[in-house]
This record gives sequence, C-alpha cells and structure tokens, in this order.
Amino acid sequence: MNVKVEEKLFQNRYRVDTDHPHVNIRNPDVCEYECKTQQCTVCCPAGCYTREGSGKVVLIADGCLECGTCRIICTDYRNVDWEYPRGGYGILFKFG
Amino acid sequence: MSEKFDAIVVGAGPSGNTAAYTLAKSGLNVLQLERGETPGTKNVQGAILYSDALERIIPDFRDDAPLERHLIEQRMWVLDDESFVGSHYRSEGFNQPPYNRYTIIRAAFDKWFSEKVRQAGALVICETTVTDLLRDDKNRVVGVQVDREGGSIYADVVILADGVNSLLAKKAGFHAELDPTHVGLAVKEMHFLPEETIEQRFNVGEDEGVVIELFGKVTQGMMGTGFLYTNKESLSIGVGCMLSDFKTQKISPYALLENMKNHPSIKPLLADGEMKEYTAHLIPEGGYKAIPRIAGDGWMIVGDAGMFVNAVHREGSNLAMTTGRLAAETVVALMQESKPMTEANLAAYRNRLDDSFVMKDLKKYKEMPEIFHRNNQFFTTYPELINRSAHTMLKVDGVDKKTKEREIFSSFTHKRSLFGLMGDAYKLWRAFR
Repeated sequence: MNVKVEEKLFQNRYRVDTDHPHVNIRNPDVCEYECKTQQCTVCCPAGCYTREGSGKVVLIADGCLECGTCRIICTDYRNVDWEYPRGGYGILFKFG
Repeated sequence: MSEKFDAIVVGAGPSGNTAAYTLAKSGLNVLQLERGETPGTKNVQGAILYSDALERIIPDFRDDAPLERHLIEQRMWVLDDESFVGSHYRSEGFNQPPYNRYTIIRAAFDKWFSEKVRQAGALVICETTVTDLLRDDKNRVVGVQVDREGGSIYADVVILADGVNSLLAKKAGFHAELDPTHVGLAVKEMHFLPEETIEQRFNVGEDEGVVIELFGKVTQGMMGTGFLYTNKESLSIGVGCMLSDFKTQKISPYALLENMKNHPSIKPLLADGEMKEYTAHLIPEGGYKAIPRIAGDGWMIVGDAGMFVNAVHREGSNLAMTTGRLAAETVVALMQESKPMTEANLAAYRNRLDDSFVMKDLKKYKEMPEIFHRNNQFFTTYPELINRSAHTMLKVDGVDKKTKEREIFSSFTHKRSLFGLMGDAYKLWRAFR
C-alpha cells in the first residue's frame, strides 16, 4: 500500500523554527557510505528522512512529531543530534 | 529570574502537573516549566484517564474537567487479516457514577489540569525549554538552565517530568540512551464524527464510551497492539509496536496504521470520519528491569521519564500521576522536617513507590518484555490459528464436529508442534503469573 504521510501531516499544526532545525544528522557521510540499513528512512513516523537515489539520506525536520524514534534507533552510529525545539516551536498538537 | 524556588518541575504532563499541584497545595514555592505553547500541545496519549489517581489530589475533578466519555465496555479483538475473535465486557456497574475511566483529549485536559496547578499557587511558565541541569561543585543539582536570556533558575530540588525522551537526565549522565527494545512507537489519528453516529455505531448512550484493544496481525508480526477509543465526537485510532521490531522489520508506522484502518472489521467503524490530526509518540515499555535511577542529590524523576508504564494493562497516565504525587509528598515531608534534598533523603521516594501499586504491578510483569520479544508467534501464528478455528467450527459444510476438532488440533500442532505449544503455554504463565 502506498501511503502518503504528507497528507496526514497536512492536518497538523506547526510553528516551524526556520533555520534552527532541532534534529540534525551529525555526519552525512556515515549515513551515505557506512550505514547499511538506513532504518530512519522507514521508521520515522513523519517521513522526515528520505533516501535519495545516490544513497544519500536527506533530513527535513519541518514535519517532525518530536517522538525521538530516529535518535533511539540509530544504535550503530549515534549519528543523530536531537534536541527539543526552542520553547513554543515545533509541533503544536491540537488534540494530542 | 534570580529568585530561588523550593522546587522546579520540568514538564506539564500528568506526572509534572500532579507533582506541581501537590507541592503548591502544601504551600511550597514552585516553578513549573513547559516547552509547549500551552500545556498539552506537546503531549500525546490514547487517551484514557483513570479516575483514581486524579481523585486522590482533586476529588471533585468531574465538576469541570474536560472529559469525553466514561467507559462502559471493553472489547478485546484478536485479528487475522480478514476476521477477528473477540471478547467483550460491558457492565452497568461501569455506568454508575462516580465513573472509573474516561476517554479524554489531552490538549484540553492538560490545559485544565495546568489551570488547577496555577490556582494551587505554582508559577507555570510555558514556551520555555529546559536545556540543562545546573550543578554545584559537589555535582548536586541546584537548578535548571532554560532557553531564555539570563536563564539560570535555582531550586532545592528539580523534578524531571520531561517525558519518555528524558533528555535532561541523559545529558546529566543519570541514565543511558533508551534501548529500542525498551520503547514502543505508537501512531494515532483523530477521526471526527457526529456524536449520534458514534453512539449508534458503538451501541452506547450519551457520554458512554467503548474501548477496543486490537491484537494480532494488525501489528504485522511485531510486538504491539492497536486501539480504538470513542471520544465525544471523535475516535482515536492508533497502533504501537516495539521500536526494535520497527527497526528490524522495516515497516513504516503510518503504513501499519493505514493497513489496520482498512481491516474489514475496523473500516466500517471509521467510515465518513474526518481525520484532523496525526500524532506519534514513544511509550516506555521496558518494565521493572528497565527503570533507571529515579532520585539523586537535588533531583527526582517521575512519569514516562522513569519508565513508569504498565504495558500489559496499558496504564501509564495513572502511574505518571501517582509517581508525581509520591515524589512531591516525599519533598513536602523532607521540607517539613527541614531536611536537605540529598540522595539519601530522597530515597524515601523509592520506598513510597515500592509500597504502591506502581512498583508492585511493574514487578509482577517483570519477565513480560523479554518473553514477548523474539516470540512473535503470539502476534501472528496464534491469532491466525484462533481465527481459523472459529471459522472452521462456525462454517456449516456437512463435515462433522469431531472431524473439525481434529482438524483444528492438527493445525495447532502443525504450526507450533506439541512441544512448541507447551513451551508457549509456559512462557505465557511466566509472563502473567
């Protein structure tokens, strides 16, 4: 089944902290050349991580639901820098 | 903000609110910090409120708390791909006030709870992320650093109610990063429908609600469960599985949820609903053995941050509230005796927890997580066998019942072998005893 997560995220409310993403890939080369599984590209419930044709992993954290999955599953390389967004920024759950 | 507080509470979820409320009610000078725009905007839960834990601090909460429906019926469905075998428990006993459980919507509920905390006298500041703990030269926690200018704030004790990710305790070295085998990832959607439609579809009256627990092939072989809760004019539908299973099985959480929503037994319940929010949240499910250090010099951990979730009974918010209350009561008792917030003195918190249902329940199921890991027959093979058995017995096709029984028995032994079945029974006994 081809599910578009963007359509789900579209329902959510965010205050994006432009230019200050709270999640970052530490070393993109590790994702591209060393990580065989790239499980973040599958497990992130907001689909923030995508694998490009070249094998590069691209992170766009605007739709982040702030769950922490990507940080915890990156057990082999600990290649994800994960902080909470600045106060008041990020996902703003309407119902939660 | 150079003022010093008796206590700082980080986070305004159930554990933080209960702690802050209890401290403020006792007359302590309390600061509570919340990173969301308002309390609740960062919080996700199914959500079911267990009255007992809240009643202990706010006995008249029913007067003005935003409650959705009180629960009168619990359904447990074991599903394969096309059917389910279910057990339902419905009782007028659960339809008599004071009601025991309610569905709630956390954004509204947390806002209400926070207002109670303010009324009790605590200073609640939102849109403020705590970035670090402040330590003195003896490494005792003496306050917090926040992401605002001049953001050092001091207190005798800091209560960490910062949720499952528990970044502060990790940064401070109180515990290690969470293990993927110790956390579940749940995704959920809110589907809106008219009140009357929900009442007709679920066979309930005004303000009455139903819980459906979903178990089996909806988790596609992963250790986890799904759920469907009735709110006043919406349905919460979600599914959660262990993060370690998502990692190895490479199933995307939203595809899993979408697949579950399309199950022929579930789809009609959601029909014509309008989806208005999609959320994801981690649930600390490591159980008793995974509970980290929960207190030290000048700090305590409550709620999800301390792994206080009973995954078997799907209880969390009540453990959060109880740990928040017991932590606060420990602080109040020490303050009254003018004792310092040292690790030795705060150990009384652990003793209070050990005496409560929190630790007793978690201890009871301490083997559970390990048993269900790597035994995915409980989530695939058995649900399938049970459903096929029901189908075999109920289908009228001229085959005699004795033959059908033999067919069912051989399908079990074929799939699991006699020793496998006995071993599984033993595992279940160990998990639940």
